[in-house]
Amino acid sequence: MSQTAPPPTAGAPSPQTQGRDWRAVARRVAQGSAVTSVLAVVVALVLGAILIAAANSQVQATAGYLFARPGDFFAALGRTIADSYSALFQGAVVNLSASSAGDFLRPLTNTIGHAVPLIFAGLGLGIGFRAGLFNIGAQGQIIFGAIFCGYIGFAWHLPVGVHLVLCVLGAFVGGALWGFIPGILKAKTGANEVIVTIMLNSVAAFFLGWLLTREAFRKPGSSDPLSPTLDASAHYPSLFGTRANLGFVLAVAAAIGVWWLMERSTLGFAIRAVGANPAAAQTAGLSVAGATVWTMVLAGGLAGLAATSQLLSTSAQQLNSDVAGTFGFDAITVALLGRSKPLGTVAAGLLFGGLKAGGYLMQASTDTPIDVILVLQSVVVLLIAAPPLVKAIFHLPDEDRQARKAAKQARLALRTEATA
Amino acid sequence: MRLELCGVTKRFGAFVANDAVSVTVEPGEIHALLGENGAGKSTLMNVLFGLYRADGGEIRLDGKPVQFAGPGEAMAAGIGMVHQHFMLIPVFTVAENVVMGHEPVKAAGLIDLAAARRRVKEISDRFGFDVDPDALVDDLPVGAQQRVEIIKALSRKAEILILDEPTAVLTPQETDELMAIMRQLKQSGTSIVFITHKLREVQEVADKITVIRHGKVVGQALPTASQAELAELMVGHAVGLKVDKSPAQAADLALEVEGVSLVDQSGLTLLDNISFQVAKGEILAVAGVQGNGQTELTQILIGLRPTTAGRISLGGRDLTGASVHQILDAGVGFVPEDRSKDGMVASFNIGENLVLDQVDHDPFSQRGALKIGAIADNARTQIGAFDVRAPGPEATIGTLSGGNQQKVVLARELSRELRLLIASQPTRGVDVGSIEFIHERIVAERDKGTPVVIVSTELDEVVALADRIAVMYRGRFVGVVPADTPRGVLGLMMAGVPYAEAVAQPAAGETTPGGSASQPAAGGDGATT
Repeated sequence: MSQTAPPPTAGAPSPQTQGRDWRAVARRVAQGSAVTSVLAVVVALVLGAILIAAANSQVQATAGYLFARPGDFFAALGRTIADSYSALFQGAVVNLSASSAGDFLRPLTNTIGHAVPLIFAGLGLGIGFRAGLFNIGAQGQIIFGAIFCGYIGFAWHLPVGVHLVLCVLGAFVGGALWGFIPGILKAKTGANEVIVTIMLNSVAAFFLGWLLTREAFRKPGSSDPLSPTLDASAHYPSLFGTRANLGFVLAVAAAIGVWWLMERSTLGFAIRAVGANPAAAQTAGLSVAGATVWTMVLAGGLAGLAATSQLLSTSAQQLNSDVAGTFGFDAITVALLGRSKPLGTVAAGLLFGGLKAGGYLMQASTDTPIDVILVLQSVVVLLIAAPPLVKAIFHLPDEDRQARKAAKQARLALRTEATA
Repeated sequence: MRLELCGVTKRFGAFVANDAVSVTVEPGEIHALLGENGAGKSTLMNVLFGLYRADGGEIRLDGKPVQFAGPGEAMAAGIGMVHQHFMLIPVFTVAENVVMGHEPVKAAGLIDLAAARRRVKEISDRFGFDVDPDALVDDLPVGAQQRVEIIKALSRKAEILILDEPTAVLTPQETDELMAIMRQLKQSGTSIVFITHKLREVQEVADKITVIRHGKVVGQALPTASQAELAELMVGHAVGLKVDKSPAQAADLALEVEGVSLVDQSGLTLLDNISFQVAKGEILAVAGVQGNGQTELTQILIGLRPTTAGRISLGGRDLTGASVHQILDAGVGFVPEDRSKDGMVASFNIGENLVLDQVDHDPFSQRGALKIGAIADNARTQIGAFDVRAPGPEATIGTLSGGNQQKVVLARELSRELRLLIASQPTRGVDVGSIEFIHERIVAERDKGTPVVIVSTELDEVVALADRIAVMYRGRFVGVVPADTPRGVLGLMMAGVPYAEAVAQPAAGETTPGGSASQPAAGGDGATT
């Protein structure tokens, strides 16, 4: 096949570009536009509405006699969608039927609770994407953060304040350690970070499972794979007596820190340069290996912090094998939707936290299954990964694609000449 | 089959790769397309092969106009092409590769490998190729792989065979074998279009020579033309490119390179025992056809690749094995040959690109924090000083024209105290106005007392800038010669002829820069009539 119709690029050898495929993907993701992100969410909500309607028994029933009494069908359709999204909103933002101010805002604090781990891990992944690293390992990094944080939390008995600080530091160090491994392997041997991080997720999960069978990590007198409860001195203080806690403040601070790192520090400059054009970065004397390792260490550390919002929340917590949930994977979506920028990641984290918090209420008060939320998230990912699709749906101009095409053709011509 | 290309024009944006090119290839003729890199030879053949669509002109086969939408149609019409980079699948056998795309099938759609083998054997025997149909392509030496490509083309009844730089990858012995094959093919009536920039091969095997420069046919010649004539046709005579510069005030030696060699992983010698010195206030220009080790030489000088042997020192300080960072810090400015790949970060703005290799120290950062104000000030200053046409320092460099991008790269390298400037292809892809400006800045840097190394495949540029010229061929310096060496001599040296021999060739010795340009052109005319 390749020989009957070699593409015009065939003149130029491609093996050395293969290794950079993921880099290109990461770069495209990091450079997506804010408009794309917002529109992706809009499209997802519209598709979600269709699914909600389709899954609703009343809509299905009225659809049976659609042509006899179309009014019934459309009334049911409108009601179902409105009820579901209203429930979603009330479960995620404010409870309109609340009697007290605390109840009124409770959904928002729930949302924040769900959002904090997504923000932490999403910030870390975002640094990776901008460095051209497709880090899929937030899950494992969260687990290692949890192991360190949890152990300090239940095994050491320290005064209030110090204990919390050490737990948070422990989470960062644990995650950073687990990020360092793929970072150094990539820098020294060129190992593919996608594969290494995916594998390390499994290693971390099984390591935690094994640890929980050890004496040192098990609750005394119990055979369940559960650690002792973490000391109250390690808990994040609540914010204004709500269910939101200091973890959210820390997440926002981390976002500001990441912004500073990426936009105002020499390390961030190097990370961005390596992500955008490693060859030019190397020619300019910047250390590609150094930027890679630092990126993975910071990404891992931030992912590790995601564990703190699970373990250090005000309700009594234990380390268990499900401590990381699916935050590591959801955070990928968050970073993608937030275009790997700190502010975007915070916004996307809150959105996904809200979807999760609101989803429970939606399921409870309407007969809409919570799985719709998963579909919404998935559609968002699909659309973010395919910006041309979003642009096609909304008829957005795609002038830079035109420009790229022209530039590519010219480059191609020059290259074929140069190899001749 | 008689092939005629009539006024074929191919543009890429504003860049004209082929400008009304007309070539006629007679049946059973070996027709050499001779030209430097970037002259437009490959583009022309890609148009012929249906890979590009021509913007103007016509292709005729036996007098009938044809148009190919893709390589499939070109092959069906009897045109075969052997690309410089082979289009073979390494894990397939020779027979499988040859029949790929038009496999003979047995009942139930099974591939008839026996028939495939027979076909390979038949062609191989006819021309004495000695290729085993069952060998894995991966196991074959490069020369044999090339023969597989030729068999592939012949198995589709190609009457016109295009060989794109076929000898670039071959050893001298393999090259001789290929020449023999080409003659055999010619005997059997196949026409061959032979793309190359190697004069010796052209003289040895071609029946007719068409020389292409800057996308235009600049002359035709018979293989009896002297190498000097061909070389001058190929590299052209001095055009308006002239730089006002006073004689070099060369002072003490600055850059000293001693016996530098580079052997790659596969054991290929890329640089072979190169030694030279550059004094302060002097421009040494490295001339040569692309791919003769210039890229590797600059990579070694800037520390992107370690040397296999040899020593490099700058102002007495040993820089052998130093990192890029250390070498830049030692005061070396570097303008890479591939600007968009190595010289800039397209998605960064001008200000960021202007500090790309200086961001980690004063005045652009302090203790790891960028000094945004200093970076912006620097951007405004340099944009003014280098006349960068851009909306402002915040403009993304990828949106600028090639000339303005190059000015940014040059501004970055020249904006600090240099102890050595290395500029590779400093004006490639740059508009004429910017070329002059860039040349002036390079000469100004020299006049400040900085030693300068220029690497360029443009002989015009080499002659315009150089105080001394080093000619590279196959990883070696053929010689280091004065700047006023005749272009014909330089052309010969670029083909590997030593200086003494090159000067001894009568025609070469007589042609001086900008001098008797009419002479070889006249020779060309004589050949066509």
